[in-house]
Amino acid sequence: MLKKVAIACVVTATLVGAVACSQQTEVSAPAASKGIEPKLFTDSLFAVMNADRANYTKLVVARLGPKGSGVVKPDEHWEEFDNGTLLPAQMFRAGSEAVAEVTDEFTYSLQSLWPIGKQNGPKTPLEKEGLQYVVDNPGENFYGEETLGDVTYYTGVYADVAVSEACTSCHNDHKDSPKTDFKIGEVMGGVVIRVPI
Amino acid sequence: MWLTWALITIVIAGYFGYTLFLSDDKSEFIVGPASHGHYQIEMACETCHTDAFGGPEILQDACENCHADELKASRDDHPKKKFTNPRNAELLSLVDARQCIACHTEHQEEQTRAMGVTLAEDFCYHCHQEVGENRPSHKDLAYDSCQSAGCHNFHDNRALYENFLVENANKPWLNQISKLKAANFSHYKAPKPEISSKSETTAREAVAIVNDKIASHSDIHQQWAASVHANIQLDCAGCHLIEAGKSESRSWVEKPGIESCESCHAQEVAGFTSGKHGMRLSKKLSKALTPMSPTLARLDFHEQAQHQQLSCNSCHNVHDLNVQVAAAESCLNCHADEHSRAYQASAHADLWQAEISGEAEAGTGVSCATCHMPRVESNRYVDKARTIKEVKVQHNQNATLRPNEKMIRPICMQCHSLEFSIDALADETLIKNNFSTQPAVHIESIDWAMKREQ
Repeated sequence: MLKKVAIACVVTATLVGAVACSQQTEVSAPAASKGIEPKLFTDSLFAVMNADRANYTKLVVARLGPKGSGVVKPDEHWEEFDNGTLLPAQMFRAGSEAVAEVTDEFTYSLQSLWPIGKQNGPKTPLEKEGLQYVVDNPGENFYGEETLGDVTYYTGVYADVAVSEACTSCHNDHKDSPKTDFKIGEVMGGVVIRVPI
Repeated sequence: MWLTWALITIVIAGYFGYTLFLSDDKSEFIVGPASHGHYQIEMACETCHTDAFGGPEILQDACENCHADELKASRDDHPKKKFTNPRNAELLSLVDARQCIACHTEHQEEQTRAMGVTLAEDFCYHCHQEVGENRPSHKDLAYDSCQSAGCHNFHDNRALYENFLVENANKPWLNQISKLKAANFSHYKAPKPEISSKSETTAREAVAIVNDKIASHSDIHQQWAASVHANIQLDCAGCHLIEAGKSESRSWVEKPGIESCESCHAQEVAGFTSGKHGMRLSKKLSKALTPMSPTLARLDFHEQAQHQQLSCNSCHNVHDLNVQVAAAESCLNCHADEHSRAYQASAHADLWQAEISGEAEAGTGVSCATCHMPRVESNRYVDKARTIKEVKVQHNQNATLRPNEKMIRPICMQCHSLEFSIDALADETLIKNNFSTQPAVHIESIDWAMKREQ
């Protein structure tokens, strides 16, 4: 009998110890592999993208384009001209495509509820919801999760705001633009950043 | 009994193992004839199948190894990088446009259509169905009509995009007889030093060999004396005396190969080995093949040309270097398809005859080469103060051949309007009669584009 009690005690102690250890592991393991929060990651990426995009629009296109010194010719078909340069939205997409050739740890795209190129309109339910949200809630971002193919993504949607007259006039005057009354400071679309989780 | 089966199995496995790993002829493993673009090189299997255990990505690398530069130059409208974003997952489940083989599956003869496309002809609709709703002009068009001649191409739309159509609308069908740009030589590598040598002995030997050859081939020497090679002082030794290994001495080669031409004309040889004339000699192949010959081809050729083997000297007389002969006569000596046979009676040929007879200004004729081996202009940066404008002859005659809208900007529009060019190239009868009549086909793309401008 005593022997059975002793064995039971040892087993119980072992189980308790194991559970305690496993709990300890559970607590410490996430701390070691947690890394950066997806939200902080996508927010940081957007900060860089947004700064580069605004700078290209203001410091290159506006300053050196036809409304500045006229040295470069920003044009949808920029390759046709020796001094042709990409429109800001094309520059942004070129960056996104170049990044996609280097990594698939994150992807990003520029979209709009009023796209000139219809392929740049929202495709997934979350994109639709997010783009509408940033239009309806100026100054706020949208976050969510979605499964595309067989991969689940953390998705952030950030407002793309008209920073210069170059943005509004180009969209308002384009024959394929579904909206022709954009004003500086208005949300024209959104940047969608995805991180596989 | 089991011994018999084992023996049969071993024999079959041995046969296929030998064929797969040791034999040069792997035709047993070809699952179906290759497309018109690749049949010439199908026996160099490892050019595309670079790894026995690789998946589609291995084949993709092989496609890009040969076609990436061409796609980039065409300002490809559907590059792989446009489809890698996960937002395209649903579309990719219909057509995985990241892989060339999704649309161009090889060895599927029965499914293969023009441009080596193996997809059903309505493939554009899957991603662009909204066009039918948004554009009144496109409303009732058939789902499989997007890629009809003159409207859209999947990769190359340089002559077909809307702004270009608008900018070039309402022009006369014949603007002017344009003068062909003269090719220049700034991109040629400097010829090798002639028979000079560090060793006086070998130099003296070389002079003796050359003098001996000149004495016995005075007709060839005369041809050479009036050639461009003589003008730049590239004599017999420059092509015929080939260095023997690391030794300073050179030996006389009666018929120098393509490598001899390539030592100065690298760009021309690169073009030649990229097209159907020379692709069997390409250095990108996994193994050396014999040169292309009309007996191997799928087009119609003259009987007397059947056993020709294609190299530089098939078209160029290497001693007189008469480029007028190379521009039309050489082509017509071999090609006997309907389009080629109709050339001599065409308006283009009249202009060419006027030029070679001296009645018209040099550069105003239209030879086979004017359209199929066009002059290509580019700027070469030398330094801050100098950019050289280079004019080269495109020696890959397939570079602008198909889809034929590739010809519109660099070739047709040198003389003709965009509208006429689109219509002419969409008219099969006109292509066959070598553009001897006006187009009977009208493509409405410019009309529709202009309507949207109003």
